Amino acid sequence: MAEREGLEKVYELFSQTFLTALLFGALTAGMPLLLAGLGEQISEKAGVLNIGLEGMMLVGAYSGFCAAYFLESFWLGFLFGAIGGMSVAILMVVFCIFFGLNQIVIGISLTLGAEGLTALLHHFQFSRSYPRLPDVDSFNIFLLHKIPVLGEVLFERHLIVYLTIALVGFLAWGYKKTYVGLNLQVAGDAPAALDVAGVSVRATRTWAVLATGALGGLGGAYLANIGAGLFIPFMTGGAGFIGIVLAMLARGRPIYVLYGSLIFGISLSLTTALQVGGFNIPTDVVQMLPFTMVILMLLVLGRNSQLPAALALPYVRGQR
Amino acid sequence: MPAIVSSITRIVLPVLLALICGGVVLALLGKDPFAYYWYVIHRGLFSWTGFQATVVRMAPLLFLAAGLIVAFRAGLWNLGVDGQFLLAAAIVAALAPELNGLIPRPLNFILCFGIAALVGASWSLIPAYLKANYGINEIITSLMMTFLGINLANVLIKIPFNDPNTTVPQTATLPVEDRLARIADTVIHEGVILGLVMVLLVHFMMTRTAFGLQLQTVGANPRTAVHAGLNVKLLTYATFCLSAALAGMAGAVEVLGVWGNVRADWNPAYGLLVIPLVFLARFNGFGTIAFVWFFAVLMIGGESAARRLGVPTYFVLVLVSLLLLFLAIVEYLDHRWRKGRV
Amino acid sequence: MSYEDHKSTVARGANAIELLDISKSFASVLANRNITLGLRSGEIHALLGENGAGKSTLISILAGLQQPDSGSIRVGGRETRIDSPRHSLDLGIGIVFQHVVLAPTLSVIENLMLGRSWRERFERSSALNRFHELVETVNFNLDPEAPVSSLSLGQRQQVEIMRALWRGHEKVLVLDEPTSMLTPQGVVELGEVMRHLRDRGVALLFVTHKLKEAYQLCDRVTVLRQGEVAGEVEVKDRDVDSEERVVNSVVRMMFDQSAIGQLTGQRFAQAEHDNASTNQDRKTDKTNVRLRASGLVTVAEPGECPLRSVSFEMIEGEIFGVAGIDGNGQKHLAEAISGQRKLQRGELYLGAESISQMSGKSRRQRGIRYLTDDRMGEGILAEYAIATNLVLKGIGEPPFWSRGITFWKKIYAHARDLIQRHDVRTPTEKTPIGRLSGGNIQKALFARELTNDAAIVVYNKPTYGLDIQNIELARGRIKAGAERGVSTLLISTELDELLGLSDRIGVMYRGEMVGILDNKPGIEETLGRLMTGLEIKPQVTEASPQAG
Repeated sequence: MAEREGLEKVYELFSQTFLTALLFGALTAGMPLLLAGLGEQISEKAGVLNIGLEGMMLVGAYSGFCAAYFLESFWLGFLFGAIGGMSVAILMVVFCIFFGLNQIVIGISLTLGAEGLTALLHHFQFSRSYPRLPDVDSFNIFLLHKIPVLGEVLFERHLIVYLTIALVGFLAWGYKKTYVGLNLQVAGDAPAALDVAGVSVRATRTWAVLATGALGGLGGAYLANIGAGLFIPFMTGGAGFIGIVLAMLARGRPIYVLYGSLIFGISLSLTTALQVGGFNIPTDVVQMLPFTMVILMLLVLGRNSQLPAALALPYVRGQR
Repeated sequence: MPAIVSSITRIVLPVLLALICGGVVLALLGKDPFAYYWYVIHRGLFSWTGFQATVVRMAPLLFLAAGLIVAFRAGLWNLGVDGQFLLAAAIVAALAPELNGLIPRPLNFILCFGIAALVGASWSLIPAYLKANYGINEIITSLMMTFLGINLANVLIKIPFNDPNTTVPQTATLPVEDRLARIADTVIHEGVILGLVMVLLVHFMMTRTAFGLQLQTVGANPRTAVHAGLNVKLLTYATFCLSAALAGMAGAVEVLGVWGNVRADWNPAYGLLVIPLVFLARFNGFGTIAFVWFFAVLMIGGESAARRLGVPTYFVLVLVSLLLLFLAIVEYLDHRWRKGRV
Repeated sequence: MSYEDHKSTVARGANAIELLDISKSFASVLANRNITLGLRSGEIHALLGENGAGKSTLISILAGLQQPDSGSIRVGGRETRIDSPRHSLDLGIGIVFQHVVLAPTLSVIENLMLGRSWRERFERSSALNRFHELVETVNFNLDPEAPVSSLSLGQRQQVEIMRALWRGHEKVLVLDEPTSMLTPQGVVELGEVMRHLRDRGVALLFVTHKLKEAYQLCDRVTVLRQGEVAGEVEVKDRDVDSEERVVNSVVRMMFDQSAIGQLTGQRFAQAEHDNASTNQDRKTDKTNVRLRASGLVTVAEPGECPLRSVSFEMIEGEIFGVAGIDGNGQKHLAEAISGQRKLQRGELYLGAESISQMSGKSRRQRGIRYLTDDRMGEGILAEYAIATNLVLKGIGEPPFWSRGITFWKKIYAHARDLIQRHDVRTPTEKTPIGRLSGGNIQKALFARELTNDAAIVVYNKPTYGLDIQNIELARGRIKAGAERGVSTLLISTELDELLGLSDRIGVMYRGEMVGILDNKPGIEETLGRLMTGLEIKPQVTEASPQAG
């Protein structure tokens, strides 16, 4: 009898409900990671190690949430999320690129500060009410969204998801086929070469960090507004750091960031999916999964991780 | 400007700036910064209970600071301290009550500290390996281990180590009389003394031993370390293990000295908060003790202020970040100023 | 000619660029003082000066990387400020830097394409057209798609030259010490390229510290000394008399009277003949083989040349010079012998003992010393006291350590003693070593490595970047060491230095010791051929019979 029940449980794993819940949740959970990872990749290419990404995401989450709540518009929420992330990025630019302060110390400082500040602001504004956002409209792609399982997972999404996937392709093209991409790469590999060629290393890195801030903030806004529908202090829970790992392992190719974020998304959405499917595994165990996966990936793929030569080193003109 | 004045300025200025800036934040949120700071100092320093609480709070912070000094001097970012802390705390919390009564108390403490050190050290092996062999940035790897460690600790507390007699998931409690002894008739336990000793030992090690100089060489310039014939890989492992062992012991001292148990979802996250203190003290043992004490005052006062004045402890996070920031800025200005004068 | 006359002469000529009264200082060091220099179209102008005379600063100013504190610059008669590298390029100034500034992860063509506005379309075809057009002019042999990391140093320099000429409307080409990577034949070829460009009307500035090159390749020589213009000489006919005249006036300009006595022996026309006589005086016990290397192989690493198979012997008290273009395995050789790098294959014998598997520490304890060429990058800890740096290689060992405890007092006393004996100019023994001048840092390193119990010392480019006085000092120390019986491995890219000091010279090419010659007059040509791989001569001289 127990055996039959066990088998039934296994069949349930592949039930439509479970799979749909799992994959849908995977893409939802993966989106912030994807955005964060793509953003960090831009910075890292240019030679900036952006430890403050977690802070950018949090500020983006909070500002995005406030905008969506008060202005009653998801798109404004995303806009303000990006702006929020960029405001933290501006600090990074001023301290690290203009003044040449240690990127790691500033990054930690910005993350801690963002954590504290957003938690403080939330406490003073919302702690009594804990408001939620309404559910978001999805943009259903004609016909395709009728496919079982995959249809709902892939084609009944908010527009931002489609745009982000398109971004992956856009970045991949941009890195290889434009001067912007070339300049980014040289800024990270050999900034002196870029300088003598007459391109400003500072400007290149500044744009890179601002872009990271925008994407990170966007990721945070997505997490708050669509992923959860509300803001909780420290809600990013390490997503920014996972984004940094993704960027490190992706060896400069945006498509690998996409794969990585989907894999993580699955492990993150496993908890809820399992509960939906009737399995009772403790949350903490499942929460260990993404980080275990990171460690495993690093152990296996670590020897191949390629980082730009001038990463985290401030560029000082004339210093050889 | 005479050297002494410049040294003091470099240390005091970031603190002042951080406090002022923090005050501005408070004001913008509608709270009176002067009232807050006055309350914090009064509570943390001038009240007898507060003063004791401050000293008690110093115990884990001192162990953590010692561990961070070792790591930073060697140029390594051991950000896994919070995970090492919690995991060791959970295991010690489960172990101590079991051994209590079976073996004499001093032996129990020695054993627990030893195991805490081992747990902490082992939790740093993966980042150490990845760094020593592949040069992978240890910030990310050690942070991942922290997240992993916190989750693992929670799993252990909620399932195998859970005390069935309590409603809230937690480990079995070590009775008060079996914890670390109190000094005179204060609440301060001997763990604080241990903490002080650890910081001083680390200070001595770094400044007066060959091992300390080797670590500093690796931290100052790894290539020179290779040229000087040092075994950088071995030193990397040694640094991580030592630093993490101290973080683990910090967990042990909190459990054995204060709480007697560990509750599920408990994570005081002291590790990251100690970072700017160690930098401010320029890794000097005595300076570190002073700054840890100053910060403990802030924490205790701040926790009290959260209840009384409605300023949540998140504010302390903001202060810490401001401290780091202004520290970096003042260092930079000082460096520029010096270069101009040479 | 007085300075004022000089200035007005410069201002009058048909100059592509004029630097008038340029001064620049860093902190309290005056790098350039009232420099007036005119570059004429269709002329190769040498800027001659020893290391530390202020040449690099001047180049940075022309490149737009630095701004002068005072003085003016005129380009084509119009006064301008060169604000940035981009501006410098726009003005038609091309600079070939001494240390290659290329992106190693990109291909040749991608490096050359760098610098266009981000808005422009990324088109390889037009860049490739330009490449083929330019490559014909300069007669280089380069594959545009090759990754820069796969090129030799000499080829990378060729790419640098192309980069400087890329835009096509250059009026000025500045070459900063371009021959350090080249063989004698390479220098000749470079000379041809320069003359071709000159004939097309380009104004060339050839910056060097080698008198010989300045004379052979250039039309006019300006001498820079301690940040100032010391004088200018025109090189018209190249016969023996005018050569004497030019050399004399240049030497007079470069050094003050007291130094001239020491240096007249350096007249390049005779330098090659001196080496034979001075070196044979030194007693070398030809039967005592100190070090024997056979078949040394190291693991390749990106950007470095590994050892493919190196075999040679070193005798007690001899100076064994190692010649070769930079990047042919010299670094790996130095590291393999000192123990800093593991041998993949091969055997190393110290006397009769095999040390192939021994750590650097053990080798050091047996008397092997290594003075690295990378002083700042791996030789010292810049922020730490001189005293600490002096004992850096023996941390934990007696007499300064016992059971792991440091005896700082002894370390400081030891440092004071060494500082005095080696004349290291420093405020105290606790001063951070990074604050010292390059020459004094090198003295400190000599003090550290050349101890009484040194048996074999490996010197990698020991006089690189030093001023003339410190160069002489260093060479003197090397000789003195050899006279005491120290076996010396002298790795250098300066042929004159090797010819002046060595008993035998081995040539490194592509990671192999392709020839070992006795140092006799007239070996330069063979050396040059060995350095370019045109010849292989494993062991020309009779070394001692195989030991053991």
